[in-house]
Amino acid sequence: MSYFAELSGEKRELSEVYYKFLCLTLLFSAQLRETVPSIMLTKRIIPCLDIKDGRTVKGTNFVNLRDAGDPVELGAIYAREGADELVFLDITATVDERKTLIELVRKVAHTVNIPFTVGGGISSIADVSALLNAGADKISINSSAVRNPDLVDELAQEFGSQCIVVAIDTRFVNGEHIVHTHGGRRPTELRTLAWAKEIENRGAGEILLTSMDTDGTKAGFAIELTAQISGAANIPVIASGGAGSMAHFVDVFTTGKADAGLAASIFHFKEIEIPALKRFLSQQGIPMRTTA
Amino acid sequence: MKTVIIKYNAGNVQSVMYALERIGASYLLTDDEAEIRSADKVIFPGVGEASTAMTYLRQRGLDKVIPSLKQPVLGTCVGMQLLCRYSEEGNTTCMGVFDVDVRRFPATPGFKVPHMGWNNLTDLQGPLTKGIIENPYVYFVHSYCADVCPETIAVCDYVRPFSAMLHRDNFYAAQFHAEISGNVGQRILENFLDIDQRS
Repeated sequence: MSYFAELSGEKRELSEVYYKFLCLTLLFSAQLRETVPSIMLTKRIIPCLDIKDGRTVKGTNFVNLRDAGDPVELGAIYAREGADELVFLDITATVDERKTLIELVRKVAHTVNIPFTVGGGISSIADVSALLNAGADKISINSSAVRNPDLVDELAQEFGSQCIVVAIDTRFVNGEHIVHTHGGRRPTELRTLAWAKEIENRGAGEILLTSMDTDGTKAGFAIELTAQISGAANIPVIASGGAGSMAHFVDVFTTGKADAGLAASIFHFKEIEIPALKRFLSQQGIPMRTTA
Repeated sequence: MKTVIIKYNAGNVQSVMYALERIGASYLLTDDEAEIRSADKVIFPGVGEASTAMTYLRQRGLDKVIPSLKQPVLGTCVGMQLLCRYSEEGNTTCMGVFDVDVRRFPATPGFKVPHMGWNNLTDLQGPLTKGIIENPYVYFVHSYCADVCPETIAVCDYVRPFSAMLHRDNFYAAQFHAEISGNVGQRILENFLDIDQRS
């Protein structure tokens, strides 16, 4: 080392000691880096907005909102607060109302600079095409996939798996998790785990798993079921139904192995605010995007 | 300033168009060679399958037009992959602007594929990430990625480190979706439109 050659005596010794210390530090930090898995992909927090005739249905508690029913403004606020994605669920069905939805999607896409998913009443390639062309990043199908599983393959083929979310509404019946349709009212023959694997094989890009047993209870997500589905699926799982506290999100991301957590009213009524939630989860060691 | 978005069969250019509108930039969506060549900035977006997209570009001669462009070009997602040498997806020979291959994420326990969601960028270089906070989060959705190489100007780590951004001469590329990557993504797009360069 020519650098050391220019120094003499004590100075040189000191420099060599410092040099060795530096090498050891680098070596140690490299080993440390190897022992800590370098997964930096964050868990996602997703507010869900229910839409009817172009308006949010459930009330909200945003005092600073000029129009509490305006999904565009609410979506923009969530994006600013650090939501990682948004889901808009259209609970209307008539043709006229679908036109309103397309118009709404266009406005949201114009305003919001994070990804958003649109679901509700989608049953054809044409439906999906219209929503994606209006600016939706992903679409979500539910009953139509149960009715016609080939639709999942067709949509994945046509638009790519990355934008096809399949929502599963599930309920625990006689000791088994059973897929339900029509807002969780109608049971099917399908077992939830088998159905999750099937839609993955058919090309779904993501699973939105809602437990009808926990939905609305605020008693926590269906942790065991979420862990089972997320552990078996090689596509991301969004857990939904039951969020009532920040600790519930910790549970669903750790024990539940969920990739994302979705909630509606607790966010709308500001029972939990997104920046505080993400700070809390981050402190608990859960990878979070904490700057919007 | 004239910004052109290259029109081809890879979906979801809508969100790129809206993102440009949000930052007040006008654009033209076209596959016309003369229009593309006369643009000040060219954006080459893409969501979809590599071989299908390359076939479409070849049929229209765009596979020759794009690598020969002299103005700043920004390829995003599949657009970036098509600017590389080769993609494992559909065993596709790509345009070879960047001297690197695109490979599928190897199946690894604990890592789902696609790599979907917000992940951070490290080792930032060059004008596109000017003024951006350290280790910013951006939004990814992809199953294939380019290795880290001398042209890498941002690294992301999922399964292994890969090129999140590439740069060579007037060509820039991002694997993530800047158009839906919040304020960070918006700044990257603004920085691209601010580049003053013709090679």
